[in-house]
Amino acid sequence: MRAARTTTARRALAIAAVASLGAGLLAGCADDGGDDSSSSSGDSSGKTTITLGLFGTQGFKEAGLYKEYEKLNPDIKIEENVTERNENYYPALVNHLTTNSGLQDVQAIEVGNIAEVVNTQADKFVDMSKVEGVKKENWLDWKWQQGATKDGQAVGLGTDIGPMAICYRKDLFEKAGLPTDREEVGKLWAGDWSKLVDAGEDYKKKAPSGTTFMDSPGGLLNAILSSESEKFYDASGKVIYKDNPAVKGAFDLTAKAAEEGLVQSQTQFQPAWDQTIANSKFASVVCPPWMLGYLKGKSQPDAAGKWDVAAAPKSGNWGGTFLGVPKSGKHVEEAQKLVAWLTAPEQQAKLFAVQGSFPSAPGAYKLPEVTGAKNSMTGDAPIGDIFAKAAADIPAQVIGPKDQIIQQGLTDNGVVLVTQGKSAKDAWETATKTIDNNLDQ
Amino acid sequence: MTTEHDTAAPPVKGGAAPGRPPAGASAEAAKKRARLSRRWQRDMRWSPYAFVSPFFLLFMAFGLFPLIYTGWASLHQVELTAPTDMTWVGMKNYTRIFDDDFFWNAAKNTLTIGIISTVPQLLMAMGLAHILNYKLRASTFYRVVMLAPYATSIAAASLVFVLLFGRDYGMINWVLGLVGIDNIDWQNDHWASQLAVSSIVIWRWTGYNALIYLAAMQAIPQDLYESAALDGASRWRQFLHVTLPSLRPTILFTVIVSTIGASQLFGEPLLFDANKGASGGSQHQFQTLGLYLYEQGWVNQHLGRASAIAWTMFLILIVIGVINSVISRRLRASS
Repeated sequence: MRAARTTTARRALAIAAVASLGAGLLAGCADDGGDDSSSSSGDSSGKTTITLGLFGTQGFKEAGLYKEYEKLNPDIKIEENVTERNENYYPALVNHLTTNSGLQDVQAIEVGNIAEVVNTQADKFVDMSKVEGVKKENWLDWKWQQGATKDGQAVGLGTDIGPMAICYRKDLFEKAGLPTDREEVGKLWAGDWSKLVDAGEDYKKKAPSGTTFMDSPGGLLNAILSSESEKFYDASGKVIYKDNPAVKGAFDLTAKAAEEGLVQSQTQFQPAWDQTIANSKFASVVCPPWMLGYLKGKSQPDAAGKWDVAAAPKSGNWGGTFLGVPKSGKHVEEAQKLVAWLTAPEQQAKLFAVQGSFPSAPGAYKLPEVTGAKNSMTGDAPIGDIFAKAAADIPAQVIGPKDQIIQQGLTDNGVVLVTQGKSAKDAWETATKTIDNNLDQ
Repeated sequence: MTTEHDTAAPPVKGGAAPGRPPAGASAEAAKKRARLSRRWQRDMRWSPYAFVSPFFLLFMAFGLFPLIYTGWASLHQVELTAPTDMTWVGMKNYTRIFDDDFFWNAAKNTLTIGIISTVPQLLMAMGLAHILNYKLRASTFYRVVMLAPYATSIAAASLVFVLLFGRDYGMINWVLGLVGIDNIDWQNDHWASQLAVSSIVIWRWTGYNALIYLAAMQAIPQDLYESAALDGASRWRQFLHVTLPSLRPTILFTVIVSTIGASQLFGEPLLFDANKGASGGSQHQFQTLGLYLYEQGWVNQHLGRASAIAWTMFLILIVIGVINSVISRRLRASS
């Protein structure tokens, strides 16, 4: 009898063990939506929690916008989940969208990915143009178009843009015998990128030792390409990068600058590039407003005030974000209201004052936060007005789903090679071969 | 359940009942005993399956199913943006691999980086183990130090190595500069970059292999050395003729494990890239197969192509495994 009892006990134990293991397994497999009851009904105080999925530093929190909104709407609580790099954020976002799970109430989308999201994932997002208080005219037209489908659904509302100018070191320009006044500097190359390269040649003749005219081939190529209305795709959505003379022209001009040693052999935003900022190794860099913040973060304190900002040969846009609300979110309506509020001109202006993210709503350009903006790197240069002027001239560019892959190929597998001694022709071949292989499905 | 009952029943009828004479014991007790016995038999027969089932369930969910699904996906054109939207393309994803220069470049890199990293690594591990096998003061300390790289994360180690190997401000070039060697572009030069990536692997795994060798060395009976010494064999001869032959199975094990590790090399080259892409350098000079697979699947979003690459890698690994086992069988036969 005793033996029988122990076997039963043992078996009961075994069953319990297997059952609990199995339960654990199932619980592990259950999708994230399973536990929404705990957060949707809010905490004990009855607040609704809206979550934002963001990448990089969007600055909403830093600018105090969440606190302000929570004050205006006492029953709302805002939380953000931030992934540092968009390269990691975006694949996860696509994954969540295609499986319709794990999505936050609000998702940020980078401008490099917006075309792909609009083309392939629009049905997963609510139409933001129908939200109360959202008016198309509030945004720069091209910014609105980037986030909208052909039938007018606004997949995402624009937050910031990146109108480009040229930031230059007054002290280095002076030593090299170039003008230092921002108007005169702008006139050196107004209207034509090749004049910028000519100015670089002049700089090189009397360059302070160890410095180059520009920071990197990638930065220059990006600037030229961004000022074109058509680069990698035509309006019908066909890939034309190889046959587009504008692309080949931009590539060859950058390659020329690289061959002549006018740019450093660096890749932007890498540690070695950061060190060239800290050591004042270059005299100019193509800069959208947010670049000033980056320069400040990487410079030695004595570089403050030595920079100035001149207009670029042609205006272009670099960077920017959209906020979209996935249909499968838990608080779609509240999230829509929050996004409409965050992207309104007043909030965009506040964001610029704190974070340097330039507003995509022209209404903000007249607000004191923008007109009176100063940056410690650029002394008393009226950066708000300079960038607002650049923003007005940005062409409505055709953007395609694989823009990022193509440009990365042209840069990392292309012009960078020229700085390492390859010929422009070889570099173009390596780049196009890589890109074609990467695009081929 | 019925079959289970049927198969369990017969031995009870044939076995238990006739053995016991129908003495005073009631029929009820016999019945009870028979029932218990049946239960016990069922328990013996089926419980083991229940005990091992968690592993197999996990394996099926996270090993077998992905394997088969990857095979299925490799026969389609699938994009990451719409993973359920598959277009049948048959063997196209496989046939294109034959003239995919990037695949063969990655295969070649995997092989050369594998050799550059594995051979010195195992030789150094053997030397270190041999030294540590002598009576040393603070031997535990040395053993812990050797294993420390193995315990650090690949990401942290690789990022530090990126800084060390920096072209303009890296410490290695600074040291080389002191002895008059010009700056080497560790990230862009073909062989220099492969050497640099290999050095991360070597740094990380040498200590691990040394400890395995050390453990095996300590299992070699001391009297073998004594008798060799009596025969007048020098330390070096003792190493060649006593230590090495005794370590043969261990060496084989480390070679196999290192080969598998080398063929899966991914984290180091990914993080070593100056451009932070997955193309393994501007000219794909240190792109391994694992990295190429990742680039196709997650950067370029071609899941079908990536699946085909994954399966091709799998097949290549099987071929390597077969060659390995043939060689090891030869070796065993010859000893």
